[in-house]
Amino acid sequence: MDWGFIFERTFSTMIGPEVVIYALAALGLNIHFGYTGLLNFGHVAFMAAGAYGLGVSVYYFHWNFWIGLGMAMVYSIVLALILGIPTLRLRADYLGLVTIAASETIRITVRSRVMKPITGGAEGISEFSKPFYDLSPFDLGKFYKFGPFRYLGRDLWVLVVGWTLLILLTLMVQQVMRAPWGRALRAIREDEDAARSLGKNAYAFKIQSLLFGGAIGAVAGVVQVVQKGSIQADGFNPVITFTIWMILIIGGPARPWSPIAGSMIYWSLIIFVENVLRQLSPQTRETLESTIKLSDINIGQMRYIFVGLGLLLLARYRPQGIFGSREEMALDDR
Amino acid sequence: MNLADRPQTINKIFVFALIGLFLGLFGVSRVSADDADLGISGQLKYKSSTGETVFVSGATVSVDGLESVTTDEKGSFRIPVPGPGEYRISLDTASLPDTVSLKDATKNFLNVNLSTDKDQVVIFSLQDGSAAVASESRFALRRVVQLSVEGIKFGLYLALASVGLSLIFGTTGLVNFAHAELVTFGNLMGFFFNYYGLAGAIGFLAPLPAPLGSGSNLIVAAALTMIAGGILGYGLNRFIFRPARRSGVSLLAQMVMTIGGSILLRYIFLYFFTGGTRAYRSYSAQRANEFLGIYLTPKDIASMIVCVVILLVIGFGLKRTRSGRAMRAVSDNRDLSESSGIDVEKVISQVWTTGAALASLAGIFFGLDAVTWESGFRVLLFVFASVTLGGLGTAFGALFGALIVGLVINLSTLFIDVELKNMMALLVLVVVLMFKPQGLFGRKERIG
Repeated sequence: MDWGFIFERTFSTMIGPEVVIYALAALGLNIHFGYTGLLNFGHVAFMAAGAYGLGVSVYYFHWNFWIGLGMAMVYSIVLALILGIPTLRLRADYLGLVTIAASETIRITVRSRVMKPITGGAEGISEFSKPFYDLSPFDLGKFYKFGPFRYLGRDLWVLVVGWTLLILLTLMVQQVMRAPWGRALRAIREDEDAARSLGKNAYAFKIQSLLFGGAIGAVAGVVQVVQKGSIQADGFNPVITFTIWMILIIGGPARPWSPIAGSMIYWSLIIFVENVLRQLSPQTRETLESTIKLSDINIGQMRYIFVGLGLLLLARYRPQGIFGSREEMALDDR
Repeated sequence: MNLADRPQTINKIFVFALIGLFLGLFGVSRVSADDADLGISGQLKYKSSTGETVFVSGATVSVDGLESVTTDEKGSFRIPVPGPGEYRISLDTASLPDTVSLKDATKNFLNVNLSTDKDQVVIFSLQDGSAAVASESRFALRRVVQLSVEGIKFGLYLALASVGLSLIFGTTGLVNFAHAELVTFGNLMGFFFNYYGLAGAIGFLAPLPAPLGSGSNLIVAAALTMIAGGILGYGLNRFIFRPARRSGVSLLAQMVMTIGGSILLRYIFLYFFTGGTRAYRSYSAQRANEFLGIYLTPKDIASMIVCVVILLVIGFGLKRTRSGRAMRAVSDNRDLSESSGIDVEKVISQVWTTGAALASLAGIFFGLDAVTWESGFRVLLFVFASVTLGGLGTAFGALFGALIVGLVINLSTLFIDVELKNMMALLVLVVVLMFKPQGLFGRKERIG
């Protein structure tokens, strides 16, 4: 077993593109769920809104990449309004039903044959991110190595931009949540009736929270598709939403830095386990494959089994996550 | 029959059932090796007026009950099928370019008898120019009736899947996101019992007669599946959600638990069953018979009748039997029914058991068309739309909601593309929540 390789992969993942993308997405979800108590079970829809806001602008309208980034925000705002207006006056679980339905509907719609001229259908969209990589100070095809980390120049450029965005947005969320607006959100999470009786328009605050978090989710979607260089409708399936939930709960909801911590923990664990399993000796692999069917494909699927089990156990035994505090816990009351 | 009074026996039964389940899934996973790679293929082309051969790309060809495919730039298509049998393959004439039509407009479907172990090639004869005879209009009465009947069929299946979800919500306040996985469980266990019987996956037990060793008839398999589903539902409540309720885990946290459970089960199914589509050993492919211009396979008719009977039994049970009344009472007002002497925990346990058994039966019905690891997840949105439309927590609401959703979804294909019919589920949800959030049968109360 090549431990050097395993640790290189694990360390490189720890601050790699996946961590940035999922931390950004979890930051958006943190505003929804952690601070406001909104049950957004379709967060991946916001990522899709961002991705297709960019993709459709470039692919169908032939607009500039940078205008596409603006459209990504517009799409996420429209989506948040469509989801929020009918449901935010109702009990929390209705938002859950509608958001999960919306995220699946969006995925099925954009991959359909009818939408193919606009969204690229099931094949998706590629070749839209050149203007971004043109700005790269790194050699796109070259490997850069420092300490235990090793990245392609292309990824390194995404990482520099991604981490800058992530840290700036995290600082922004931290400040906003200390401001009166953020306090009002938390008051609504704790006791909506009390907040209302103090003259806060809970409905308006919830819509604003949905818009704000959704926009950050869209940023995550944009970073993801720019990093991959292609937009695939099936990449936006509900299990991604719940991976983000798991990351948020691991880190502890309602804490500004928890999305980053959760994302690092989740991804390094997954990549470490997967690489160890893939590096087992051929005989061991064969035995495992013939007894518990541990094939290459199944090693890839195992992360979702972990997500499911992890969510189940965390929600049951430690809803405040590893770093969270019980007082700041939206899952606890009601 | 108070099972809950003997927790230890039940624990043992449950553990054995769980072991059985995993052995079962393990056995299922071995089938894939001897699946022959069968398919129906063909090429759409015609001679243009100048005499050159033109390939038709982007046309939709489908096999009843299986997937539909689009022809590629060479006009070729191939639809994989699960095994030998009779298939009805149809060409969607609306998807042809305007300048092309069928030589005989009534021949937009072909019946294929697949007996060999290699691909069957089918030919649709096309001609240049638009249809000579006026093809059937979009809103032809025959088409509307056909879609309505299919809608009712889908609605009946949905109703079976929805009742449990609605009653679980009514009695515990929990939206069970894992309900779709109970449907998939039925879908897959039906396949397992159909091929292996109760224990055929364990080598030395395989020679035993059906339903122990070898595979059993699908009807016996359905009965076994309902029992297995009931055990799973009972176990989920007894070992996961009842302890959670007792130790004061909030409803929101429980909802996240159901999501975790749903993903866990779904990917365990995928792990053992793999991603392909399979079919039950019997009834998988049947020729559709024409009856007053409506095409239905015998299995469709039989399953619709069975569904209606079962739904009537459920309705009667809820209205007339003691435990059915208790279920509705607890759904209606938990505190009031507890103080009037109803054992609420027992009712919840019954609701989980019957709800899961019915969901697995729905899984068998969906499995008549296709057996896959995500068959339940595919209908989850429709189930949500049904229970919301009927009113969360009302059993009869779920039944009627499901029928309406089934009809709406199928009839919507008169106006929109088949692939987009999923959108209707979301539309129903949003419209209901905007204008009548308590649903058709729900009591008007503040749910904000």
